[in-house]
Amino acid sequence: MSSVAARTARDLTRITTGRSRDRTPGSLIFLGGLWFSLFFGVMVLIVLIVTTAIDGAPRFDGALFTAYDSTLAPERTGFRAGILGSIWLMFTTAVLAVPLGIAAALYLEEFADNGRWYNRFIEVNLQNLAAVPSVVYGLLAVAVMALMGFERKGIVLGGAIALAMLILPVIIITTREAVRAVPTEIRHGSLALGATVLQTTWRQTLPSAVPGIATGTILGLSRAIGEAAPLLLIGLAGAVRFDPAGIFSPVTALPIQIYSMTSQSQEAYQQAASAAIIVLLVMILSLNALAIFIRNKFQRSW
Amino acid sequence: MSDAHTGAGSSLGTGLPGVPPDLSGRSRPGERAIQAVLFTSALVSVAITVGIVVALVRPVVDFFADVPFGDFFALEGDLAVVPLVAATFVVTAIAMLVAVPLGLGAAMYLSEYASPRVRKVLKPTVELLAGVPSVVYGFFALAFVTPTLLQKILNLEVGFTNALAAGLVLGVMIIPTIASLAEDAMAAVPQAMRQGSLAMGANRMQTTLRVVFPAALSGIAAAVVLGLSRAVGETMIVALAAGARKNLSIDPREGMQTMTGFIAQTAGGENPVGSTSYNMLFAVGLLLFVITLIINIISISIVRRFRQVY
Amino acid sequence: MSTSPATISASGSTTDRVGSLADVHEAAERVLPDLPTDPVMEALDLNVYYGDFHAVHNVNLAFGRNEITALIGPSGCGKSTVLRCLNRMNDLVAGARVEGEVSYHGQNIYARGVDPIAVRTQVGMVFQKPNPFPKSIYDNVAYGPRVTGMKVENMDDLVEEALRGAALWDEVKDKLKQSAYGLSGGQQQRLCIARTIATKPDVILMDEPCSALDPIATSRVEDLMISLREDYTIIVVTHNMQQAARVSDRTAFFTARPDETTGNRTGLLVEYNLTSNIFSNPNDKRTEDYISGRFG
Ligand SMILES: Nc1ncnc2c1ncn2[C@@H]1O[C@H](COP(=O)(O)OP(=O)(O)OP(=O)(O)O)[C@@H](O)[C@H]1O
Ligand SMILES: [Mg+2]
Repeated sequence: MSSVAARTARDLTRITTGRSRDRTPGSLIFLGGLWFSLFFGVMVLIVLIVTTAIDGAPRFDGALFTAYDSTLAPERTGFRAGILGSIWLMFTTAVLAVPLGIAAALYLEEFADNGRWYNRFIEVNLQNLAAVPSVVYGLLAVAVMALMGFERKGIVLGGAIALAMLILPVIIITTREAVRAVPTEIRHGSLALGATVLQTTWRQTLPSAVPGIATGTILGLSRAIGEAAPLLLIGLAGAVRFDPAGIFSPVTALPIQIYSMTSQSQEAYQQAASAAIIVLLVMILSLNALAIFIRNKFQRSW
Repeated sequence: MSDAHTGAGSSLGTGLPGVPPDLSGRSRPGERAIQAVLFTSALVSVAITVGIVVALVRPVVDFFADVPFGDFFALEGDLAVVPLVAATFVVTAIAMLVAVPLGLGAAMYLSEYASPRVRKVLKPTVELLAGVPSVVYGFFALAFVTPTLLQKILNLEVGFTNALAAGLVLGVMIIPTIASLAEDAMAAVPQAMRQGSLAMGANRMQTTLRVVFPAALSGIAAAVVLGLSRAVGETMIVALAAGARKNLSIDPREGMQTMTGFIAQTAGGENPVGSTSYNMLFAVGLLLFVITLIINIISISIVRRFRQVY
Repeated sequence: MSTSPATISASGSTTDRVGSLADVHEAAERVLPDLPTDPVMEALDLNVYYGDFHAVHNVNLAFGRNEITALIGPSGCGKSTVLRCLNRMNDLVAGARVEGEVSYHGQNIYARGVDPIAVRTQVGMVFQKPNPFPKSIYDNVAYGPRVTGMKVENMDDLVEEALRGAALWDEVKDKLKQSAYGLSGGQQQRLCIARTIATKPDVILMDEPCSALDPIATSRVEDLMISLREDYTIIVVTHNMQQAARVSDRTAFFTARPDETTGNRTGLLVEYNLTSNIFSNPNDKRTEDYISGRFG
């Protein structure tokens, strides 16, 4: 009796999960294919990191971080200017893009009436901007800088304008998601007490969304720090042998230095570029880890 | 008792506070100002689009004042754009050949086979691929894919720069874009559809391919189209690994300069502002913008339709 | 309609079930007129639409000062919709449109120039699911006075007064700085009530305030409602017939009627009367069916 029941139960699970039929050769090949798809990218990433690290190993020395780019002694060339430049660019980009992105996201989520054509237009426009090639932002930044009277001199402000425009859609989209995750009940609770929409946004929605906004902002900045194309257009060059000293100071960036060294054939430059790539990847992975940490630690699950 | 209350007629009865409460609208100038600031911030995104168009069109008008249309849309010559477009097409096609099957395979695994816990780990890992800077991928194509993989292991006769290496690496870079969006689309397929199929005796593979995949098709299409747009616009990989010389060829073993490669390489050189070669930068940029805009609009409209399904 | 005051008490029942409900009516000793002679709020020919959908049809209701009015009826008949019209929370629903008048002390709150925010400071609302803010208990209560710019001499005193008023003070007085999310569901709901009375409203709207609570927490909130009646006018939506019978002075029964052409179910007011009458002696067959459990 009980065995019959057990068999019926087993048949039922088999029917509902279809598991027994997942062992056919076709199915297994298919599953193998899916596995391969999933791990192919991861394999490439591992090969990339390992081969680059091996190539760059001879150059993991102090000079890598403290020396400037050197044509006389390529084996002692360093990325001081690029590392500092990337940090300057990142902070300037954040100052330009973060407040603007958050403000735009708050407008779209909390104030905009979606029935209005101009709000829908802003919406579609934003989706498109998120997929505009980064070189195009570089070209726009060139024009903006020209309007302000700077020809393509590769200064911090120019690079930051290009990067800020590039990551603005990222920040707007992630901020909107974070804001949307705050339950409507909280907003209604606040409004029912006589708070205005702005008060509700400022005192309830925004504070609750901060971890999500921080995560999105950091991910946006980690994208900005790895970008080279728009910076090339704004006139950043690899050979800068001084520290950036302000937003109007000529500057280089780590990805730009990597690019210019890669185009040179000497072995020493290839080694230096490999080592610099590892530095850049560590910076980006740290930012990603920070973003994940913030998300896991502070994100409220409602 | 009648259906509803009949004592309608607003009368201030006894026992009321002397003055009825004031409900009149207060003007809140601070609030209005801040709302205006927020609205303006949202308009900046529109201003950027307008800015792109204006910034690109002005030099392009100057460009075509000097250069006949035919010289630009020509198969060869210093100012010809057709070889650049063709090279972009070749590299993008290779990239899509890599990214579409692998991206969709990864998406199917994540959506249909992985447990939620496994997915929580694997999806960010795949997305990490998108976080690697393109200049790094370009270096990898140049320093590893071409000399080691293509020349040594596969014994192919490829040049130092070639479309194949650039396309392959570009494809890897696009995988997460396609995988992530396609996974979202498949995860949105109602569970009941899967259960219906499994209950009829289909296995998971059949369910995935014949039920989930078609149901999520428009979302998957949008993912692929967005991946295409990324591939067309990607710059540093092709600038480093695809080649710096115009080459009207469809042989992926040869080096060829793409649109974005041309822009990056020209920008790195010396071109006085206002010169024809400087203005050509913008002409190619405008063409690139228009091509990606069309692709993006297709993707956005597919997503629109897809949203209405569930 | 008789104009003589009716004494509320358990009286003869039409059915056993109705009788048992009438028995639990505790608002006993109150002697109230048949209709509120001194209405704080009135809905006049109120119609509500969500887009093309006619959700509520021609509701006329008067809410008496220092009374508890219960809105009952089957799901989807528009109780919440009507309630949300009373402090203009429906303004926040995209596509919602209100026709007719809601008069508050003789002023139509839907008239031009009326500030919905001013309305909401007078007419507070407690929601179905407790929705404390992710802040400390203290800050939850102080939030309303702060945002509305109330002149408060001593915020600590006001917070204490509100928490006492919501019968929560003794349970939380030692942990005012702790997060409100550490409270139980029932405590959270009383905190939401405390938060509402801290802004010193005139009317308190409650939308199924006990539906997420266990029976003990429910009875504490019910006791609280009865004590709040001294100072406030309360309008409560409930699915719990016992609750309506226990706490309310008047009850309005709504139902939904399918439209012949579209098949949409439009809500309407069937009967509005003293609670004792509704539960012991309903005038309308539909009311009787509903409260005796014979409805759907
Ligand atoms: N935001 C909205 N948009 C569109 N229709 C709505 C909205 N809110 C309510 N409705 C519709 O209006 C009608 C009345 O809804 P309401 O929530 O007022 O009913 P209710 O009596 O409170 O029901 P319940 O007892 O289930 O809470 C329902 O048919 C509902 O579907
Ligand atoms: Mg309701």
